[in-house]
Amino acid sequence: MTDTSDPDADDAATGDAPAVDAAEVDHVAELARVRLDDAEREAFADQFAEILEYFEALDEVPALDREEELVNVMRADEVEEGLTQAEALANAAETEDGFFMGPKVS
Amino acid sequence: MAVEYNAFITEETIEGDADGPLADARVAVKDNISTAGIRTTCGSEMLADYVPPYSATVVDRLTEAGATVVGKTNMDEFGMGTTTETSAFGPTRNPADPERVPGGSSGGSAAAVAAGAADVALGSDTGGSVRCPAAFCGVVGIKPTYGLVSRYGLVAYANSLEQIGPIAADVETAAKALSVIAGPDPNDGTTRDPSAVDGADGDTAYAAAADGDVDGLTIGVPTELFDGADDRVVETVEAAIADLETQGATTTEISLPSVEHAVQAYYVIAMSEASSNLARFDGVRYGHRAESDGNWNESFAETREAGFGAEVKRRILLGTYALSAGYHDKYYKKAQDARAWVRQDFEEAFADVDVIASPTMPVLPFELGESLDDPLRMYLADANTTPVNLANLPAVSVPAGDVDGLPVGLQLVGPKFGEKTVIRAASAVEES
Repeated sequence: MTDTSDPDADDAATGDAPAVDAAEVDHVAELARVRLDDAEREAFADQFAEILEYFEALDEVPALDREEELVNVMRADEVEEGLTQAEALANAAETEDGFFMGPKVS
Repeated sequence: MAVEYNAFITEETIEGDADGPLADARVAVKDNISTAGIRTTCGSEMLADYVPPYSATVVDRLTEAGATVVGKTNMDEFGMGTTTETSAFGPTRNPADPERVPGGSSGGSAAAVAAGAADVALGSDTGGSVRCPAAFCGVVGIKPTYGLVSRYGLVAYANSLEQIGPIAADVETAAKALSVIAGPDPNDGTTRDPSAVDGADGDTAYAAAADGDVDGLTIGVPTELFDGADDRVVETVEAAIADLETQGATTTEISLPSVEHAVQAYYVIAMSEASSNLARFDGVRYGHRAESDGNWNESFAETREAGFGAEVKRRILLGTYALSAGYHDKYYKKAQDARAWVRQDFEEAFADVDVIASPTMPVLPFELGESLDDPLRMYLADANTTPVNLANLPAVSVPAGDVDGLPVGLQLVGPKFGEKTVIRAASAVEES
C-alpha cells in the first residue's frame, strides 16, 4: 500500500496521496492548452484528488518482465493518391492561397 | 421511435450495393466513424460541423456488402463516458426504460437497434463502449480481438485499446456483420490477418458459429468479476450460466487477481493516450475555432475551452498529469505493468477454460443524471469490461435476462482471435 510514513510530504511522486489544488489544475490545464473557468477549476481540483487517490492502488501492482511482441509495419515509400488540396482545406476555419491560416504566433 | 430516444445525431442515408451478405440491412454508425460527405461529430461541439472527406474502411465494407447506412448515432463525447450523457447533442434514452441511460459510450447505436431503427449498428469499444450499451439496452454487442477490425477513419481516443464492433438484436446478425468488417487493411497497420496468426482460427465466417452448441465447452467463472456486483445482476447471470451447464457445458471457478487493478490501469492509459490524441483539435485544420485576439497558445486554449465538454477536459488534463515529469513512472508505467499482469492472468486462465463468463456490467442501467457529476462512480462501472481491452481479447455481451424489466448482460470473453468460441457460447445463451 501507499507509504504514509511521512505525513508532511505532499509530492505524489514520493508515494503519498496527491494533494490537488486549483493552482495545480491550472498548471496542467496550461500544459494541455485547455482554458478553464473558475467553477470548472474548483470542481476539477476536488474530482482529481478523488480520482488520483483511487489510482494510488497501482502502487500494489508487481513489476513485471514485460515482453512486447512489437514489429514495425511499414509500406513502400511510394506516392499514392491522397486528398485534393480543396478536400484537405474544406474543414478549416480560415485559409489563404491554398494554405491553412492559424492564429498569430506571438 | 428512435427520435424520442435521441439515438441519432444525424439521419442521412448512404445507399449500399444491390446485393451482398447484408443486402437490405439498415446499419447505424457511431458518430466517431467517418462518413464521406456526412458530418461526423464525435458527440462534440468541437466537430459539430466537421464533414469528413473520406469514409472509414468499415463503412465502405458495410455498403459494399449491401447494407444501407441510415444515420450517425449519438455517443459520449469522443467516446468518453459510460452513459451517453456527455454528448453535446443531449443524452440518449434507454428504449427499455426511457428514464434510464442506454449505457455508453455507443449508447445511440445500442438504442437504435433496441428501438428497431437499425438491424445492425457499429460502435467502438475502448473500455466497454460496445458491450456496456448492449447490456443496458438488452441487445448483443461484440468487441473483437485487437487488430481484427480496421480503425481507419475512426476518430482516435485511445489507440492501444479500441476496436470497432457490431451491435445487433441477435448473435447471428452481429456475427454476420463482424465477418463483413473484419480483416486486414493496408490503411491500418495494427490490423492482422487471423489466418496468419499462430494458433488462431483463420476462418472469419462467424455467423456459422452461432449454432448454440456448447456441449463440452469449459466456462471459467472468475470470482473477482462477481464480487461487488449488484445481487440481482449476479443472480440473473448465474442463472444464464447454469442454463449453459444444462446444455452440456461445464463450469469451473477461476481467479484473475490482476483485474482488481484494471479500472485504474485502463483510465491511466486511456487518459494518457487521449491527452496526446486530442491535441490535434487546435481549430486550425478542422473543428471549432474560437474568436480570439490572443496568440497561438491562447487561441488554442480558448478553442479547446469552448469545443470540449467537462469529461473530455477532465481526461485530457488527467492524462497530461499522468504523463508529466515526476508522475510518469508512478502512474503510466505502473498502469502498463498492470496491463501486462492482466494479459498474463487471462493467458493462464485460457490454458484451462474455453471462455470466461461474468456480468457485463456490475450494475443495472443508471437513472438519467445519476452518475454525471460523480466521474469516479461512472468509471467504477467499467470494472468488468476494461480488463478485456487491456488484454486485447474478444468478448460478447448477450442478454441474460432482466430485473424488473431492466436488461442484464452476460459477458463471454475468449482467447485472442477466439471470436467463434464466444459467438457460439453467446448463441447458446439466446436459445435458453
